[in-house]
Amino acid sequence: MIRFLVSLTILLFASSALADGSSVTPPPKEAPITSVPKELKDLFYGESLYHAFQGDWFEAIARLDTELWQYHGLDEPQRDSLFRHIDQAEFAVGDFELAYRMHQRAGRAITAVIEGNVEQPVRNTAIYRLARLYFRKDQPVRALHTVERIEGAVPEGLREDLDFLRAQILMANGRFKGAVSTLRELLESGSCQGFSGYNLGIALMRDGQEREGRLHLDRNGQIPCEDSAALAIRDKSNLVLGEKLLEEAAYDGARQILDRVRLGGPFSNRALLGSGWADAYQGRFERALVPWSILADREITDSAVQEALLAVPYAYAKLGVYSKAAVLYGRALEAFGSEVAKLDASIGSIREGKFLKALVREELKQDANWVVKLRQLPETPETYYLLDLMASHDFQESLKNYLDLEALRKKLEIWEGDLDAFEELIRLRRAYYEPLLPEIDRQFRRLDSQMRLRLEQRDHIEKRLHAMLTAPRPDYLATAEERILKQQVARIEPALPAGEDLPEELEARIGRLLGVLTFNIRTDYDRRLTEAFHHMDELNRLIEALRKQYAAYVRVRQAATQSYKGYDETIRRQRGRIAEAREMVATLMARQGHILEVMAENELTSRRDRLAEYQIKARFALADSYDRATRAQGLKKVNQ
Amino acid sequence: MKKVWRYFALTMAVLVLSCSAYAEDISKDQMKGLDEQVQDIKGDVLGIAAQLTQLEEKLLYPSDTQVAVFVSLVEGEQFRLDGVSLELGGKSVANHLYSFKELEALQKGGVQRIYTGNVTTGDHDLQVTLIGKSESGAGLLRTETFTFNKSVGPKIVEIILAENSLGFRDW
Repeated sequence: MIRFLVSLTILLFASSALADGSSVTPPPKEAPITSVPKELKDLFYGESLYHAFQGDWFEAIARLDTELWQYHGLDEPQRDSLFRHIDQAEFAVGDFELAYRMHQRAGRAITAVIEGNVEQPVRNTAIYRLARLYFRKDQPVRALHTVERIEGAVPEGLREDLDFLRAQILMANGRFKGAVSTLRELLESGSCQGFSGYNLGIALMRDGQEREGRLHLDRNGQIPCEDSAALAIRDKSNLVLGEKLLEEAAYDGARQILDRVRLGGPFSNRALLGSGWADAYQGRFERALVPWSILADREITDSAVQEALLAVPYAYAKLGVYSKAAVLYGRALEAFGSEVAKLDASIGSIREGKFLKALVREELKQDANWVVKLRQLPETPETYYLLDLMASHDFQESLKNYLDLEALRKKLEIWEGDLDAFEELIRLRRAYYEPLLPEIDRQFRRLDSQMRLRLEQRDHIEKRLHAMLTAPRPDYLATAEERILKQQVARIEPALPAGEDLPEELEARIGRLLGVLTFNIRTDYDRRLTEAFHHMDELNRLIEALRKQYAAYVRVRQAATQSYKGYDETIRRQRGRIAEAREMVATLMARQGHILEVMAENELTSRRDRLAEYQIKARFALADSYDRATRAQGLKKVNQ
Repeated sequence: MKKVWRYFALTMAVLVLSCSAYAEDISKDQMKGLDEQVQDIKGDVLGIAAQLTQLEEKLLYPSDTQVAVFVSLVEGEQFRLDGVSLELGGKSVANHLYSFKELEALQKGGVQRIYTGNVTTGDHDLQVTLIGKSESGAGLLRTETFTFNKSVGPKIVEIILAENSLGFRDW
């Protein structure tokens, strides 16, 4: 319940609708607009979305940035897996940056999409985002110019959000007529129920159509709904209308409207207080006591409750029950005293820097309900009174900046440690490889020359074999035995004494022998040639394996060098950048922290001053009630 | 007295509505300027992150040996995924327990990089174990082994989880 209260207060508190004519927005969608493509073709893009869906914007942007940077550096990006999602990815990075509250960069990224060659629905979605960005950044004129650029098809799921935003922008620019017309259409279509009705009421009133505006607020205050946000906006409608009637002294109407506000809702305290005043202004103090007494028992840090602590005895005094009034003023004084002491302690605690320490407590951030948890911590009294402040836009923005800076500080600290580890790793690798590599290189050079020689031989053989297909050379395929035999025969003639001829019989035998050899070589030639080609294939397979091994070795050898060489400059540069960033983060944290502290201290001081005023009033009223009670008692005794 | 109280009540209403007492000390311009500087430093730190990622990849996971394992869920799966563990070549390399947010991110179609490491070229066995609860509330424990071939260049594989099966995609 309290968590709900906080979120709704954040949602609704910022808009003092009637005072400044601003609109209210339905609960913000935390999820990015970007969704997963129907068929994911790039896992790294999917990984970026995985982080974005968890609200881890830094990681999402860092990964997508890297992907996009690599993509844009490619010679043929159309062959990259991101090509199919590039429009979405360009849009997504702006979307994530916006969620990470990097409005300037997000604006640029989204503008690039708008001006790029993209389909109309994508372009219109981008324009919507940009307009919303300007609206959030309190630049309504730019938001209006942007939203006016939308033309043609708008994605179905965006239509209502776009119309709602358009109406809000028109209201922010004081163009209430246009806003009224858009909101009427939204209301008729049943979109953004509650929020459309409320904004329409406000827009009509600001447009001078007071009666119709009130009518819409009145209707909106009675819509049947169960959704928590719609219930809250219903309460808000009743509260705004009720307070307006109260200001105009239309007390009966005011009370009737204020009584519609749920007792358990985020606006119930103010409604109870107003309802009591509606009766009190008409002198119906007994009736006023009903809501005020309920209110007086609630959480005392709420300003409406504090006022009720004075209003209840005031009503009793008006009813002539002075003794009860005196007792209750006494209690109120006691309560205010204790609260003032608490506020003083809180202010002191802020000055000691405890507030900022409490804000960055890690265990609190794990809990979405952390603002409430923070209030419950006994060691952070300064947060008791800050719920309203914490719900304000400026404080929220400052707080988010502070927390983002704290997260950056931690990242930078870790990265500095990473760089130390990288350097250590590089040192160890260098110490391992440097003594080994010279000997390995020497051996490799020897093997490399042997390999080159063998490869040349293989090329020579292949050339010969191919030549033999067109010009047969049987002698090339003689076996070793045949070659030896031929050589032995050839040696016989030169072995004879000079001038002596071979005997005929021997010459005939040699001739037969050579004939047999030639016959065998020639008749077996085709088989031998086929076999030679088979062997050549086997050799090629071995050579292929050898080449792979060679390439693998070269890669590993290069990797060995690359594992420790060439990092010094990069690491030195990164170290410098990290140091600079750390310094900058520390400076910004100090400034942002100071702003938060000033906001908190000012809020607490203002609450303390208000309580001090209440104390003065209570003291006077106590004395007055006491006097009257004493006088009444005296009169009673006299009459007796 | 009545007038005093009315004034008092209306003052309170205005105070409650505005709640911006600090505005006198901190100007909007100051806050805007600081906000812009915070945005700038975020951009700088993102730049450092990109450089460090490249450095880390080059130093720890060179492309020749790099293997990355991603996990995704089949669209529409509503079973409760508690954890996934991976064994590569018989060695445990990753164990991940899922938070609600992580599971929701997977259900929306996000893809988680569960492991990045180094392997040699050739065939490798990747054993995937899923622990969770089926939609009906029954315990789920499923183990499958897949084989992938690592060649030159980074290797990317995707484990696709469903209540009734474990899929594998070699990218």
